[in-house]
Amino acid sequence: MANFTPVSAAIGGALIGLSAVLLMLLTGRIAGVSGIFGGLLNLRSQDKDWRIAFIAGLILVPLIAAALGYGMAPPKLPANWVVIVAAGLLVGVGTRLGGGCTSGHGICGIGRLSLRSIAATIVFMVTAVITVAVTRHMLGG
Amino acid sequence: MLIVAPFLCGLIFGAGLLVSGMVQPTKVLAFLDIFGVWDPSLAVVMAAALAVAIPGFMLTGRRGQPILARQNFLPTKTQLDAPLLLGAGLFGIGWGLVGLCPGPALESLATLSPGVFVFVVAMAAGMIAHGAWQAAQPIVRRDGPLATDG
Repeated sequence: MANFTPVSAAIGGALIGLSAVLLMLLTGRIAGVSGIFGGLLNLRSQDKDWRIAFIAGLILVPLIAAALGYGMAPPKLPANWVVIVAAGLLVGVGTRLGGGCTSGHGICGIGRLSLRSIAATIVFMVTAVITVAVTRHMLGG
Repeated sequence: MLIVAPFLCGLIFGAGLLVSGMVQPTKVLAFLDIFGVWDPSLAVVMAAALAVAIPGFMLTGRRGQPILARQNFLPTKTQLDAPLLLGAGLFGIGWGLVGLCPGPALESLATLSPGVFVFVVAMAAGMIAHGAWQAAQPIVRRDGPLATDG
């Protein structure tokens, strides 16, 4: 547990929870990023403005942080492009089929004590742990 | 006002992901790697988020109507079904492969990392493919975006 950062994790988590509650309180919407982004890709949807505004806020944060002197390091990703594309496709299909991701199910759904979200969160945590175990400890990646 | 509110929520959400370190796939994968040098930080992020969200949603639920809109847009499904579990399973595999989920992936676009752009384009393609598949189903409940959980 050498890299455990409980204080920043608790502060960051509380901010995420606050954002989800505020979005519901003000606009009546669920702060599930896959749902917000997925709705933008649906040509029939009439409610794109708030989705663009939320995502714009999200993307602006690292730029504001950089301007304040806390630049965000680019994420470390696998060297293999096939893995990145496969992962992106799985995340895209999986979150739409399952109706949510870590934020929509893991925080908003469990926050609303939804049985579907509790089940979905258990399932994606288990398959993610298995995937990491296989790629890191069995395939030696 | 309806644009300012979600924009501010996006800023707070992004700040939470950045401060907690969850924008870094290495941090996420260190949580998922329970057989390696385990980092429980992600569990603390979720616990803290839920400590705010559970009482917060109890309040918004009791209030019934949001401040800036006519109604709450809440999921209508309550039963567990195959798409939910299969979708969650597939999402977990993708998440475990690189350590990116949709929120951190979109936020990381700001770093102009080519890998993140490829990931986001693939994610969008997966979502569009799912939408096309769903539209091609002969008998589906046309519940649209309201029926999704999040």
